[in-house]
Amino acid sequence: MALKGNLRDFSTTQLLNLINLARKTGTLTVERNSKEVARMSFREGSLIFASVSHGNSRLSNILERAGKLSAEQANTIRKERGKAGDKELGMMLINAGLVSQADIIESVRRHTLEIVYRQFTWGEGVFRFDANVLPPPERITVPINLEGVIMEGSRRLKEGERLQDELPDLDMALKFADRPSAGIRNISLAVEEWRVVSFINPRNTIRQIAKANSMSDVQIRRIVYGMMHAGLVELVPCEGAKPTEPDRPERVAPGKRPAPMAQAPAVKRSVVMRLIDRIRRI
Amino acid sequence: MQTVKMVVTGTFSAGKTEFIRSISEIDVVQTERKITNPAEQIKESTTVAMDFGRITVDDDLVLYLFGTPGQRRFDFMWEILSEGMLGFVVMVDSTRAETFQESKRILDTFRTYAPTPFVVAANKQDHPDAWEPSDLRIVLRIDPEVKVLPCVALEKDSVKTVLLELLYSILDSVEDEGESS
Repeated sequence: MALKGNLRDFSTTQLLNLINLARKTGTLTVERNSKEVARMSFREGSLIFASVSHGNSRLSNILERAGKLSAEQANTIRKERGKAGDKELGMMLINAGLVSQADIIESVRRHTLEIVYRQFTWGEGVFRFDANVLPPPERITVPINLEGVIMEGSRRLKEGERLQDELPDLDMALKFADRPSAGIRNISLAVEEWRVVSFINPRNTIRQIAKANSMSDVQIRRIVYGMMHAGLVELVPCEGAKPTEPDRPERVAPGKRPAPMAQAPAVKRSVVMRLIDRIRRI
Repeated sequence: MQTVKMVVTGTFSAGKTEFIRSISEIDVVQTERKITNPAEQIKESTTVAMDFGRITVDDDLVLYLFGTPGQRRFDFMWEILSEGMLGFVVMVDSTRAETFQESKRILDTFRTYAPTPFVVAANKQDHPDAWEPSDLRIVLRIDPEVKVLPCVALEKDSVKTVLLELLYSILDSVEDEGESS
């Protein structure tokens, strides 16, 4: 009989501990709000794969999200090799020199962990553990030690709770600080922080910036909190009742040239005239 | 408040930071940070120092100047920074012919990101070994309609001229395309 229950009564941490200690093999399915479904598979107590209902877990999508394939490459693969299993596709991509075996393993690993870490934040949801049910054989699975996952997930959970206290409203917008602190002179930004910087505008909410960069609430909160703490940005109410969704920059695989953007940003002539007038007066 | 963005790009040590510093109303954070740890150069979480300046036009409009990291290993940042830019300046170190080919590569890469106007700033024109802008136009194979401007990034007036010429080009493109919001 399958293990069944609700995360209200038995948390993700407790479930994973059980699976780890009992060295269980099978698939844990968690459903929230009758909409979101997450599946995590285990072999002898090790995490091996995870997927969610609203996100495609096929290899081409995983590699695209990891930046190992460009959007164009991934689309071509989906069109031409849509029926190929992930293992078959992986071999084809390695033989074509598009990715390495290490790229595939690391991308699947990250994809799996990303889903599982998100589960730690679910306070409610119906779960069921089906023993000996595993992903289809064509899926690529990567064994991951569950003890480390539980420790990191718990740490993230605590961090997320603290960040939520510090930054409760993701519908606020950001602007660069009018008077940056002296410490800003030596600030260094990581890649993900740069992605956020490129969207900072009083018309974009933090939530929209997160969505445009495919970041979780915890990720965006961590980045924004760090920038606020460094005195780089300030919180402001979002301008406009219906802020526009920021355009998402196309992800480009390393070494690949991006496709040309469709058009330049629209700007009014009067705005350019004001800029010219201002610079003349400097 | 509306914010608009221009990008200042170019090779390592072309003068991007000096260019932004000469005209920004806030302290510019230095970008050409030396990274000595080889591991930092390849891992995904490599940190990149920030380089941006600001010019407040009025209560409703602010111009941000973003400098790109000059080192080739950071070129994955260029596309991120170019998102939504109004135009860009390609800084060329006129005294170092060995950087011209790389400057051309950077220029061509940025042109693929967005069809926005740009100008080439032939920097370090106060140096006796500086190549003339007209010669740079030839070696960089710059189209006749693109401005190649003499520049001394340490001098505010010179930087103003470059930015104004870029804005005039942007103005021309706006007029060509008609007004849009």
